[in-house]
Amino acid sequence: MPDFEPKIVAFVCNWCTYAGADLTGTSRMKYSPQVSIIRFPCTGRIDFMLLLKAFASGADGIIVSGCHPNDCHYSSGNFHARRRWIIFRGLLDFLGIDVRRVQFSWYGRWGRSRATSACAAWA
Amino acid sequence: MNALREKARELLAAKTVQVVIGYGRGSGGSARAVFMRAPAQAAELIFDATCLQNLAVYLMKPEVRKLGKAALVATPAALRTILQLAAENQVADNSLLALAPVGEDIMPLATFAAIEAHVAAADHDLSAAEGAELGKFAAMGLEERRRFWEEQFSRCLKCYACRAACPLCYCTRCTVECNQPQWIPVPAHDLGNLEWNVMRAMHLAGRCVNCGDCSRACPVGIPLYLLNQKLISDVSSVFQARSGMAARSDNAMSTFKPNDPEDFIR
Repeated sequence: MPDFEPKIVAFVCNWCTYAGADLTGTSRMKYSPQVSIIRFPCTGRIDFMLLLKAFASGADGIIVSGCHPNDCHYSSGNFHARRRWIIFRGLLDFLGIDVRRVQFSWYGRWGRSRATSACAAWA
Repeated sequence: MNALREKARELLAAKTVQVVIGYGRGSGGSARAVFMRAPAQAAELIFDATCLQNLAVYLMKPEVRKLGKAALVATPAALRTILQLAAENQVADNSLLALAPVGEDIMPLATFAAIEAHVAAADHDLSAAEGAELGKFAAMGLEERRRFWEEQFSRCLKCYACRAACPLCYCTRCTVECNQPQWIPVPAHDLGNLEWNVMRAMHLAGRCVNCGDCSRACPVGIPLYLLNQKLISDVSSVFQARSGMAARSDNAMSTFKPNDPEDFIR
């Protein structure tokens, strides 16, 4: 499907990935217009229901991204989120949903080029 | 059965407890929950292979709490439920009496420590048959699994009997009733069935004691126990955790280890 333009929703943490994406913008780097970024206070706030809502609203792919372990602004939000994702991914797979549609990642504030390339890889 | 009736009569006569929650004969040969408040009622009590319901579900109902201190006829799953409720600060030690049937006899367990000892003596791993059923799913293709669950969930009426029957689904405000935003669409329609069933399973991750009451309550026979057992198996293999074994324990999903696996995170 050469014409397929996936809709991608990025659930990102305010303190790292969002700052990285912001830096991408202010550095005038280009990233795919198919990505809609939604900012959260912490990956610990990214409830699995939000991901399901994104799929129900027509998202083809989801990026969930937060701070590296030990870099969490609230010290442990990303650790709790990691546990939730492990279980959630297993359940999605059990229900026959392709877990490749949800991409989890850790990004630092310095990761702007990685963020751009990740978005490019999806598109 | 006689030991059970005798014990119930004795407890109610001595006013050690105000209510005995047990099984009585229901219609069609089934068992139903009975709430006995007078010694004379104790003769109604039964305990046999039809007594499957997890009676610990009533411990969280305000109508039952109002009755006073309860004695509860407790299957192994109900005992684990009590410990899990204790771990979640929902029941206090010495606030109830568990009556565990052991063969023809009855073992009264008054403290969490006694329940813990009783529970620890038994095996609570998923049975070989349960493991084999999960293995069958793992061997299926992704598309086959998706079709299976699409068919199962298409029958869901959103009656939430699974929620009402579950002793650990005790929130007084549920996401289901939340309408700003409307997480789960209200009509009995396919829309939202996946969301509801994923949410129910996820909220029980690391908490479910595998009593199977959700599946028994489901009026359209969705095998909800499969979702629970999948999560029990994952929580046990990845986090080495098991619910309902100790009155003071952390829920697997509200704690973490710095070295939890993250091979899927790029």
